[in-house]
Amino acid sequence: MIVFSRKKATLGAALGAVTLFAAACGSSGPSGSGGGGGASAWALTGGSQSTFQVSQKNWNAANAKDKVSYQFYANDAYKQKVRVAIGANDAPVLFENWGGGSLKDYANAGKLEALTPSLTAAVKAKYLPSVVNVASFGGQLYGVPINGTQPVVLYYNKDLFAKVGAQPPKTWDDLMALVPKFKAAGIAPLSLAGGSKWPDLMYLEYLVDRIGGPTVFQNIVDGKPGAWSDPAVIKAGQMIHQLVSAGAFANGYQSITYDAGQSSALLYTGKAAMQLMGSWDYAVIQAAQSDFVKSGKLAWTNFPTVTGGQGDPADIVGNPANYFSVTKSSTAVEKASAEKYLKDGVMDGAYVDDLLKNGNVPPVNGLESKLAAAPNAPWLTYQYDLVKNAPSYQLSWDQALSSSAGDSLLTNLDQLFLKKITPQQFAQNMSKVGK
Amino acid sequence: MTGISASARVKRPRGGAPLLMALPALLLFGLFALLPMVFVVILSVSKWDGLGDISWAGGANWSHLWNSGVTRHALWLTAKVMIFSWVIQTPISLLLGVFLAGRQRYRALLAAVFFVPLLLSSAAVALAYRNLLDPNFGLTQSLKDGPFDLLAKDWLGNQNLVLFTVIFVISWQFVPFHSLLYQAGVRQIPATMYEAARLDGASTIQQFFFVTLPQLRYTIVTSSTLMLVGSLTYFDVVFIMTGGGPGYSTRLLPLDMYITGFQSHDFGEASAIAVVLVAAGLAISLGLVKFSGFSRMQSQTAGA
Repeated sequence: MIVFSRKKATLGAALGAVTLFAAACGSSGPSGSGGGGGASAWALTGGSQSTFQVSQKNWNAANAKDKVSYQFYANDAYKQKVRVAIGANDAPVLFENWGGGSLKDYANAGKLEALTPSLTAAVKAKYLPSVVNVASFGGQLYGVPINGTQPVVLYYNKDLFAKVGAQPPKTWDDLMALVPKFKAAGIAPLSLAGGSKWPDLMYLEYLVDRIGGPTVFQNIVDGKPGAWSDPAVIKAGQMIHQLVSAGAFANGYQSITYDAGQSSALLYTGKAAMQLMGSWDYAVIQAAQSDFVKSGKLAWTNFPTVTGGQGDPADIVGNPANYFSVTKSSTAVEKASAEKYLKDGVMDGAYVDDLLKNGNVPPVNGLESKLAAAPNAPWLTYQYDLVKNAPSYQLSWDQALSSSAGDSLLTNLDQLFLKKITPQQFAQNMSKVGK
Repeated sequence: MTGISASARVKRPRGGAPLLMALPALLLFGLFALLPMVFVVILSVSKWDGLGDISWAGGANWSHLWNSGVTRHALWLTAKVMIFSWVIQTPISLLLGVFLAGRQRYRALLAAVFFVPLLLSSAAVALAYRNLLDPNFGLTQSLKDGPFDLLAKDWLGNQNLVLFTVIFVISWQFVPFHSLLYQAGVRQIPATMYEAARLDGASTIQQFFFVTLPQLRYTIVTSSTLMLVGSLTYFDVVFIMTGGGPGYSTRLLPLDMYITGFQSHDFGEASAIAVVLVAAGLAISLGLVKFSGFSRMQSQTAGA
């Protein structure tokens, strides 16, 4: 009898342990922000992180009932994390995204809450239309811009250009002529974070636009047959091979990742002359080595034109902005807090000033006077004019396309930069993926 | 691992309440190993992007997998990693283990030093090596134009070198563990055997080949099984150091699975790859146990 009961007790304890273990596993979701109200938010490190932190502090001090709590993640792993969390209905209330095709995936799957009509009206009145459009699908608005507009520009190190006696490139031929010049001086002409893959894309985006204009990529987004085999895509691929063959990219570019900061470090340590990168790189360099920016050694220019190309030389590519979107899995109270924050907290006066201080241009209306008075005025005005005067502002392709196509694009592009495949093979591979 | 417990069960005298005793472990195993595996098999014949509904795909994932050059390449790479890491790790850890089994005090000190990599997390190891081997700012680059110019290579960017860099780092991380196994194995060999060998006039090297090595037979099998099956799961170090690149040069099977599932959002095909991994792991460990005579384990110290 004693033996039996002991057995039973052991069994009970074991079963209890199992259930406890299972329960502990089930309740470890990241969505809880503590209590009923308040909104959790996922955002990216770098770039506008400091602005978010200041905003969180200010907002929470004034709105104890509707607190926001930010969590920051590095760029490269962030997209997967968000996707998994949203797929599992375990996402934060707010999450940073790029708008475009990947956000549309979530909206189509019914994972997003469309903004309320009153918030939509407020957003449309406050922000530049071209930026708002990137997050609106089927007549509904799904995102609020939360940081500066991010055009891709060609950064260069003024010192190094003076050293070899060169001018920043205006045309593609200029750029190709600069390559041997810098190489002879023992300087890498271009820094490229090829290990992250998406920086490769900036070359393709700009070249295709310069050669064939914005319609080429629009055809790809629309899924027109043969859109990937457009002569402009093939020619852009050939020009990329031309750059690679000339040895234009810094030593070991295939393994340099952007998040680790090495590609920007090459520029400010004087090891590479230029880097094609989004406008967020200004803040990254300023944070890493503010002297380099203060002393005026960091300079920037438009992507070179291509002789005979049909694209407008004023066209730009990049990210019109990043957005906060509200997930459907959050509770009604959380959603209410989130909407309140999006309406009154995001891009209030102090928020805008903080973005400006870090060299970001918020995509809000009527900013001209503030820009001229802000620190970093030349950089801010350059960006604002660039965006304002651009006939076409192309969202990064990996974000504009659905996420599965975006990933194939990056992998195939990596192969193209390694010269493992020809531009024709690249076009063929991408046609198979579709849009 | 399954092989070990199976053989142990055969040998143990029957009696008591073995099933009841095994119940907690079985429950945990079923809940966290078998059940997910069943889901993976179901997913491998489904279509799912991680967001929408799961739909039936039949053999589409499998036929796509069969025809995919990328996955075939990943399989080949995994086989290469498996063979090279075994060839590199086994002799090193065997010799280190034998060396560390000695009772001298300096050896105990060295043992502590050798085991350090074992204590570091894989992520830390990978990040450290990624920075050490950085093509522009890494330690290796400071060796340029010196006596060690040979080491100033682009270890992570060169498509011909990167796989071996990865194998090296993995070996660096796991050799201490296998040395530990061998050290324990050597210490269990009865001293009388060496005495007998010495009386017969065996030299140190002869003692190693005719006493130590045969006595370590089962340790070698255990260590090899862990190494070979373990190389099917190498993910963290490779993912952090190279992300599977450049191109496809280090896209091992587990990485291929992750990238297919979590970056291309094709969970169906990723699950098919997972099934391949499970099957390969089972086949290798069962095969090793069967052909090495591990399941007929007998005392080797007879006559000692």
